[in-house]
Amino acid sequence: MEIPKSFLGYKRENGRAGTRNHVIILPVDDISNACAESVSNNIKGTIALPHSYGRLQFGADLELHFRTMIGTGCNPNVAAVIVIGIEPKWTKKIVDGIAKTGKPVEGFHIERTGDIGTVMKASKKAQEFVMWASEKQREECPISDLWISVKCGESDTTSGLASNPTVGNLMDKLEPLGVHLCFGETSELTGAEKVCATRGATKEASDKFMKTWSAYNDFILKEATDDLSESQPTAGNIAGGLTTIEEKAFGNFQKIGNCKFVDVLEPAEEPKKGKGLYFMDTSSAAAECVTLQAAAGFNIHLFPTGQGNIVGNPIEPVVKLTANPLTAKSMSEHVDCDVSKILSREMNLSEAGDKLIETTLRVANGRLTCAEALGHKEFVMTKLYRSA
Amino acid sequence: MATEIIIHDQKDNVGVVVIEKITPKQECNCWIMENDSSKSIQSKDEIPLGHKIAMIDLNEGDTILKYGHDIGKVVKPIKKGEHVHVHNVKTKKW
Repeated sequence: MEIPKSFLGYKRENGRAGTRNHVIILPVDDISNACAESVSNNIKGTIALPHSYGRLQFGADLELHFRTMIGTGCNPNVAAVIVIGIEPKWTKKIVDGIAKTGKPVEGFHIERTGDIGTVMKASKKAQEFVMWASEKQREECPISDLWISVKCGESDTTSGLASNPTVGNLMDKLEPLGVHLCFGETSELTGAEKVCATRGATKEASDKFMKTWSAYNDFILKEATDDLSESQPTAGNIAGGLTTIEEKAFGNFQKIGNCKFVDVLEPAEEPKKGKGLYFMDTSSAAAECVTLQAAAGFNIHLFPTGQGNIVGNPIEPVVKLTANPLTAKSMSEHVDCDVSKILSREMNLSEAGDKLIETTLRVANGRLTCAEALGHKEFVMTKLYRSA
Repeated sequence: MATEIIIHDQKDNVGVVVIEKITPKQECNCWIMENDSSKSIQSKDEIPLGHKIAMIDLNEGDTILKYGHDIGKVVKPIKKGEHVHVHNVKTKKW
């Protein structure tokens, strides 16, 4: 298949391109969710991103909170942003971070105004933003403007056999075209960590990976009361035939094909070393991982599933693929790309990779994903430790 | 030719069932992905889609190989053709 050299995206002020054109209402903290949701209720075409945190966090955990908030606002799938927080200082910090992209952003704080006054002021601005954004047109963008993140979920052995290698095949074909790629899931590389480390493009990248994985493993050994076998593999994984974390890890690892990673990113950290594949230190919980990757600037997500994970994200479209024929049949409303014919050998890996590239580009051009059509908007902040 | 079992790597001592299920004493065709070769095996258990079958006899302490890599240890002897899962294999981690 000849791979198209371009897609239709929204060009942003900072040179990036979006696959979507969202106007988001971003609460800084848990207690500002009500305001944000009222604004999105008033002004059609906006979406609120409620979450559970943002108060009394400190240190690395607070830095991650800000990085996720600012990164979400900066994502090129977002046209404009309303930020609402209880206090002026943290609200302004997030507004200033997003403003660096040049996109419209305005902040509102609730103290001394109350919910009703804040909702009124923020709604007026949100209306202005959404009407402005609605005139934006899709334009031809080079395929290198795609930043593709990947994460698998509810995996079973069909993931390692077929759907993850399909993603790997896509990576092998798109990497030479200059796209950015990102995989994560530190915990679910356990068992394959030494093999994964050999896939660093440089010794520095390999060492950084081993350091990141070891820090995670030390944490597990310290916190675990027994072992992780109750949660890794999950009950869904076991039902699907996965027996150990090692088996899951080697299956997981098939997603990167033959690519080598150029750098290791902190959670929600924007890649800075140009095109190519990056590893991000993330949880393996689907919504947390995709939220972090979206905050790092990735504009389309590929999600292979075995038993049928249904996750979506409010700003980054999540393309679901499966090679499990039972899942493809019983949960068809969640499956954007069915590659189950690999198992019956009616389709080879390269054909499956081409089919996934075609689906990815259609979604990049504007076709809704199953998760979008079904209203999946899981926005889940990663919290590193308890608040003060 | 219909394929009931897929094996990733020729070193592997387990294969994966890729039809809805296989039944005891079923003659199964296995496809080895790595070198595109085939072999056959008779199953001893009923094994559902996605679950593993032992390609050889395995003893306690043996290593299970899949993708050509170590994915865990045998904790209960397994006969060729039997179901391989959490009841007879455990992680070497944790």
